[in-house]
Amino acid sequence: MNARLLPLIGFVGLFALLAFGIHWNTRHEMNEVPSPLIDKPAPEFNLPLLFDPTKTLGSKDLRGKPYLLNVFGSWCPTCQDEHPFLMSEGKSLGIPLIGLDWKDQPDNAKRWLAHFGNPYSTVIADEDGHTGINFGVYGAPETFLVDANGVIRYKHISVLTPRVIEQELKPRIAELLETKQ
Amino acid sequence: MKRIITALLSIVLLGAILTPPAYAIDALPFKDRAQELRFQQLTKQLRCMVCQNESLADSTASLAQDLRRDIFNQMQAGKSDAEIKQWLTSRYSDFVLYDPPLRPSTWLLWFSPLLLVLIGAMVLWRILRRRAQQPLPTTDSGEDW
Repeated sequence: MNARLLPLIGFVGLFALLAFGIHWNTRHEMNEVPSPLIDKPAPEFNLPLLFDPTKTLGSKDLRGKPYLLNVFGSWCPTCQDEHPFLMSEGKSLGIPLIGLDWKDQPDNAKRWLAHFGNPYSTVIADEDGHTGINFGVYGAPETFLVDANGVIRYKHISVLTPRVIEQELKPRIAELLETKQ
Repeated sequence: MKRIITALLSIVLLGAILTPPAYAIDALPFKDRAQELRFQQLTKQLRCMVCQNESLADSTASLAQDLRRDIFNQMQAGKSDAEIKQWLTSRYSDFVLYDPPLRPSTWLLWFSPLLLVLIGAMVLWRILRRRAQQPLPTTDSGEDW
């Protein structure tokens, strides 16, 4: 082999590596950290309902059928981006869509939902953010698919786009509903 | 002109030297100075999940504040550093630790530098051996120093 070609080969190799890096970056969300809670029991919680704080909803009440837990907050701009997709798709998921109002003032959340519409079957208020922390939430919106046994089966960080709902969420929901029957 | 630049540069440098290290300070009622130091030491080793390039000690993100509060409360409850780290990694994965644990899934991370050094040493050894086999150049290279 001609030794004078070595620098060129080195250059092409480095170029290929960097090009792959750029390609990888555009395809993957680099800030996303896989959750260690996947396929583990969802953390226990029992939180007041946003619209009726005298009542609570807990993880035990939700046992027996799968549900989708969407972590949002009125302070969260990305949640506003996600909101229209929840409005259009939320009702057709076939399972309850529970909203977890995370680290938020209940009044602000109520106003936010009154203004943009309420896609949730139930909204629970996690004012001090502890339940969110137990779920390993670090950037709203985040969405958890929990099965009938209370096990987290899937987590999505950031906006649930129509593509994610169609390609990732709905097949998993269908699978859960099938195994139940 | 040069003098002005020098003066400006020294002001900037002096500022950098004299500024105390910044911590995101919460008013946490520590038991004593030792506990405060332990808290700072621990939160410096933990990553803020929101900013990801900042430690939990430095970050002003609201989640980091909450986590510092929780870590503080766990310290008050007598939890060890290892228990607190375990509490965090069970929620946020090993990614919260700036010092990743040694286990089969992180072997590549830990040992790839050593691997690269070994590969480099092998390449160097082969080159040197090949050179040793070549005849020595004549001492008189014709160059006149």
